[in-house]
Amino acid sequence: MGADKSLITSHAVSKKEGSVITSQTTGAALKREAEGRSRTGAPGAGSGGSSAAAGVDSPYIQIDRALKRCQYSQDALIEILHTAQETFGYLSEDTMTYIAHELKLPLSWVYGVTSFYHHFNLKPQGEHSCNICMGTACFVKRAGEIVETLEREFQVKAGETTADGKFSINIVRCLGNCGLAPMVIMDGKVHARQTSESMLEECRKVLKG
Amino acid sequence: MTREELRTMAMKEQEKRAAFRCRLLVCYSSPCLSSGAEAVYKALLAAVQERNLDAEVDVTRTGCVGPCSRGPLVTVRRQGCEDVIYQHVTPEFVVQILEKHVLENEPLMENVLPGDLPFFAKQLKVVLANSASLDPESLESYVSMGGFTALAKVLEEMTPEQVVEEIKKSGLRGRGGGGFPTGLKWDLVRKALGEKKYIVANGDEGDPGAYMDRTTMESDPFLVLEGMAIAAYAVGADQGYFYVRAEYPLAAERLAKAIKKAEKAEILGNRIFGSSFNFRVDIRLGAGAFVCGEETGLLTSIMGRRGQPYPRPPFPANSGLWGSPTLINNVETFGNIAPIINRGGDWYAGIGTEKSKGTKIFALAGEINNTGLIEVPMGITLREVVYEIGGGIPGGAGFKAAQTGGPSGGCIPADYLDTPIDYENLAALGSIMGSGGLVIMNDRSCMVDVARFFMDFCRDESCGKCIPCRVGTSQMLGLLEKICNGSAVMEDLEKLRELAEMVQETSLCGLGFTSPNPTLSTLRYFRDEYESHIRDRKCPVGVCVMNEVPLRELVAELPRRIRAGAKSSLPGKGR
Repeated sequence: MGADKSLITSHAVSKKEGSVITSQTTGAALKREAEGRSRTGAPGAGSGGSSAAAGVDSPYIQIDRALKRCQYSQDALIEILHTAQETFGYLSEDTMTYIAHELKLPLSWVYGVTSFYHHFNLKPQGEHSCNICMGTACFVKRAGEIVETLEREFQVKAGETTADGKFSINIVRCLGNCGLAPMVIMDGKVHARQTSESMLEECRKVLKG
Repeated sequence: MTREELRTMAMKEQEKRAAFRCRLLVCYSSPCLSSGAEAVYKALLAAVQERNLDAEVDVTRTGCVGPCSRGPLVTVRRQGCEDVIYQHVTPEFVVQILEKHVLENEPLMENVLPGDLPFFAKQLKVVLANSASLDPESLESYVSMGGFTALAKVLEEMTPEQVVEEIKKSGLRGRGGGGFPTGLKWDLVRKALGEKKYIVANGDEGDPGAYMDRTTMESDPFLVLEGMAIAAYAVGADQGYFYVRAEYPLAAERLAKAIKKAEKAEILGNRIFGSSFNFRVDIRLGAGAFVCGEETGLLTSIMGRRGQPYPRPPFPANSGLWGSPTLINNVETFGNIAPIINRGGDWYAGIGTEKSKGTKIFALAGEINNTGLIEVPMGITLREVVYEIGGGIPGGAGFKAAQTGGPSGGCIPADYLDTPIDYENLAALGSIMGSGGLVIMNDRSCMVDVARFFMDFCRDESCGKCIPCRVGTSQMLGLLEKICNGSAVMEDLEKLRELAEMVQETSLCGLGFTSPNPTLSTLRYFRDEYESHIRDRKCPVGVCVMNEVPLRELVAELPRRIRAGAKSSLPGKGR
């Protein structure tokens, strides 16, 4: 048992400092609109004028940076989605609309890509999340029992979040730590060689805070 | 960077290392990290600084040592002495190692990994040769072990044709699972018409139960980059993409650092080693789709789209990324290139069997004593791997099956333990080499349940483009679930086999036509278990909950259930 934060916390790779170019003005109106609706409720970039200035308060500032880094290339869609998910935790319709507009892609295309890949969440995750590995090695070592126990205890199906939004259980495919199966990642912390009981105890502890 | 500078860099680093009285190597790969290697490293570093031993004792974070189940691992390396590896090291214990073993030269007795362990003795390391001793984040460390000499040699002394010839001579075959001759593939791309060509490293290791590529990327990122650069020179490409799974952030991070350092040292970029050869590498992160491990799926994913495969031909060698000729190889394949160039194709061809040359990395997992990463020559028998390297099955349980190749592979029963492992033999057994996952099952695993597990995986991961795979996997899963919950009849077995063969023959890509493999191989070797599920309505090992009845018996069953006051008297969907 131990911590390996790097295993889950950051998916950021190769953060080269892109050259500072002013963001395109084409998306400015839509950006303001989307900002107004955004869940973070950041002020709607009222200043107008230069969109670069608007970017300071924009909830999409990280996305804008990623867009600039990729020079608004449509092929970089997956990178942009990664950045967006890192920023917001999930991909809302507003976020996808914004990205679609900036990359000049149809929203259906962006949604198609988002829904195709398991890594992208379309719904917000719970405050605490428990990712149980269900690779072959973990399966053979009875990770299924852990899933069943947690489902029963917290009254939530795998892949969903409890009604109070506190706890999500997810089944993930092989995390590549098969030598220490079965393994579970609880809030970014790796727990190797788990049993139903030890995991139940851990979850209760985490939920108590 | 010139070849001379490379030599100087290597010498400087070697001298620096020789100056230390003792070196302590902390395994810093994912499995050891998840057992607490970070705390061990920090404790050790603090202890060394506290005692002002910085100039005498070197503490290095290294790549994977191998026996992952015994982590965290710390190796003590003294000049003139054999390496001593300590297992299950804690932050307290590592201070003891420093005080006793390093300072007083009295090796500790406890937690020592026996030096003559068959786990190490039976292995032959080519790709992972240096992984246990080098710092994956240091270019100097890689160069000091002969890194980038192969690239320098290729650029200064060999023509692209000669490089391809050397690879052909080595007999190296694709390590991603298919086993296509690498030299032949390179030749196809080299001869393909196109101004722009691309190199792609496939690090989308989606097979559950496999983590060889992860370890190779994490332990020796420069080795893979060097292999890519040599391939680029051989086929005439100047841009490479490294496709890494999003689930492997540490691998992606180390690769990104490696690329940056290599670029800074002018080993990647323009006019490499003073030649006219340019090569750049960019990383692309996957997003959790198994089908992207399939080459055409991976290419569409690199282009930012849904990772759906497309029909071949045209093959990526002629029309891949943005319509240009593209060479796509597995990470492990690229890892083999530099050693082949350095030591010659003939040397490599001397290892292995007649048709499968060289070594293969396997991830040994499941019900086995020594789980971990092993690199063995092709042609080794399964028995040697399980009972000698793996140390047998824990708890005195019997060996039941070895699962190779993940959801695309099959289960090999005990009768075939003495088969030499190579591409042809595994295929003849109804399995595949795959990327190298080797999951051992003991007699407490239900093979029907295992088949159901893999089918569930394939149905979940099917991209939905072609009907045989999309609908076929779903239907096969339904049949397997029926068998598992007790509602199947004998005819279902025949239906299952027929459907499996149909999906195998008509699917568009590798995912589809290999998805029935686990089912077909368990049907072939463990048919009695299937029959016992259906005929006796009993799971021989007691894994499956058999609470349903076949539809035709429901008429008799329903009144009984109603009388018993069952909440739901109608058959559910099983588990």
